[in-house]
Amino acid sequence: MLLQLNQVSLSFAGNSVLDEVAFGVAAGRIQSLIGPNGAGKTSLFNVITGFYRPQRGEITFDGERLVKRKPHSVTRLGIARTFQNVRLFREMSVLENVMAGQHCRSRAGALAAVLRLPSQRAEEKRIRATSLECLDFVGLADSQERLATNLAYGHQRRVEIARALATEPKLLLLDEPAAGLNGGEKEALVELIRRIRDERGIAVLLIEHDMSLVMSVSEHISVLDHGSLITEGTPQAVANDPRVIEAYLGQDDEELAL
Amino acid sequence: MANPTPEAPQERPRGNPAQRLYAAFDSPGRRRALHLVLLAILIVTPWLSSQYVTVILTNALLYVVLCLGLNVVVGYAGLLDLGYAAFFAVGAYTIGILTQQFGFNFWAAIPFALLAAALAGVIIGGPTLRLRSDYLAIVTLGFGEIVRFTARNLEITGGASGLSHIPEPSLFGWYIDSSIDFYYVFAVLAVLAYIASQRLFDSRLGRAWLYVRHDEDAAEAMGINRVAVKLAAYVIGAIFGAVGGIFFSVNLGAISPESFSFQQSVLILMAVVLGGMGKIPGVILGAFIVVLGPELLREFDTLRLLIFAVLLLLIMLFRPSGIWPEKRS
Repeated sequence: MLLQLNQVSLSFAGNSVLDEVAFGVAAGRIQSLIGPNGAGKTSLFNVITGFYRPQRGEITFDGERLVKRKPHSVTRLGIARTFQNVRLFREMSVLENVMAGQHCRSRAGALAAVLRLPSQRAEEKRIRATSLECLDFVGLADSQERLATNLAYGHQRRVEIARALATEPKLLLLDEPAAGLNGGEKEALVELIRRIRDERGIAVLLIEHDMSLVMSVSEHISVLDHGSLITEGTPQAVANDPRVIEAYLGQDDEELAL
Repeated sequence: MANPTPEAPQERPRGNPAQRLYAAFDSPGRRRALHLVLLAILIVTPWLSSQYVTVILTNALLYVVLCLGLNVVVGYAGLLDLGYAAFFAVGAYTIGILTQQFGFNFWAAIPFALLAAALAGVIIGGPTLRLRSDYLAIVTLGFGEIVRFTARNLEITGGASGLSHIPEPSLFGWYIDSSIDFYYVFAVLAVLAYIASQRLFDSRLGRAWLYVRHDEDAAEAMGINRVAVKLAAYVIGAIFGAVGGIFFSVNLGAISPESFSFQQSVLILMAVVLGGMGKIPGVILGAFIVVLGPELLREFDTLRLLIFAVLLLLIMLFRPSGIWPEKRS
């Protein structure tokens, strides 16, 4: 397993958010994490990426332990993420936004920048080229000069994915990437997720509420409810699992529509 | 940001006259021409003006260095610093002590002064950068006062009367002593500070400051170590401040704790905010206004500080984000 969680527990002020969660993400796999609202999905992302520190449990990624690492260090190891509500850098261009991802793959310091050393100039060129390539990959190379926050919402989500790709990850975590997208944009998103895996060999773990999207794109699904992993398996197995249907009972119709 | 009109035609003259003027100098060729003109003015001015004007302009150029340094901290990294004069003081006192009391050559003492300032940047930055900005402002204010009171009470810093008779530096047998000499020294420093600011802004580190300023969590998620990046801003700002202090001390030949008061910190911060935080030409303009403003109003005698204050208030009322226009609308 590329990413492995063992008995991860997280609580805030005595309220259990995650309870001994254990599951893995295999290299090069497209996997979904589903569950009713408040099941702890985003918290799990925050635990993996170092924003929250679990009270108990082990997380290993590519042979390294993740618990107690800071988010930037987790990203450097090869886990990139997007946010549930798009968080692009305001007042900066689309390309500048994507270039943020290259920060952890470059190293020029202040002195190199002030002296414009040849190595620094070469690195700047490389940062630009790689970022542009990521932007091109999501189909937005034409918008590179525009202010990121002036783009249509669906495009902003793609910029966020491009920015995550620019960190050159082995695993990409997408937090509700289809939220707020229309039908056509969702289809394009499915295609983009597949291309990320097929062409770049990056494993994808996504949180998503749109069940038809989850069913069509996932190779493996893990189901979280009340902070516990209740089942996992292939889309067919999960869709027919009575425990899953039970977990979703009482939820919105939208979420029931498997 | 929600703009309902789709795709407004780009690249038409827009905004107020200042913005159009800025846009006119957006091309690299024109900008180079502007740089050359400004450089020529900078070189010629002391030959055309009185000694009094030269001294005032030298002070303005010192402020350009200090303001560009504080701009890295406040404008780029978004960290409110109310004790910036402390770094200015560290640079000045290190030179004063080493040259006067330990017989160091001025040029040999410079690396020590820079190191001391960088260290001061780490000491103040290290434990405080996890604080939110308003708390950080209070801590930096305290730090500025601590440095001043320390200088006031130590024997080695000359106590309240400070250090005097700091030897004038020489370069290859040329003694830097006249007011025109020092004008040129500070002109070179201001130009270097300008180039360094510009290059830092256009670098990986410069972008990292903006990312962290806009959204710390998103920046962390992109692999940016926010503490390290902020600390870098502090240390670089400290070094700019120390450079100003180093040459300030030999220019005057005497320093006292009162040169590095809270008022000094506020004046530098005011120039940065007035010109437009994070905008290099604006910050330079701010530095000149803060130094030249009270001089130009000298004929109003006792009323001049009042008039100056009202002018500053008016500027902030009508241009709350600084005099210099935004690059992008």
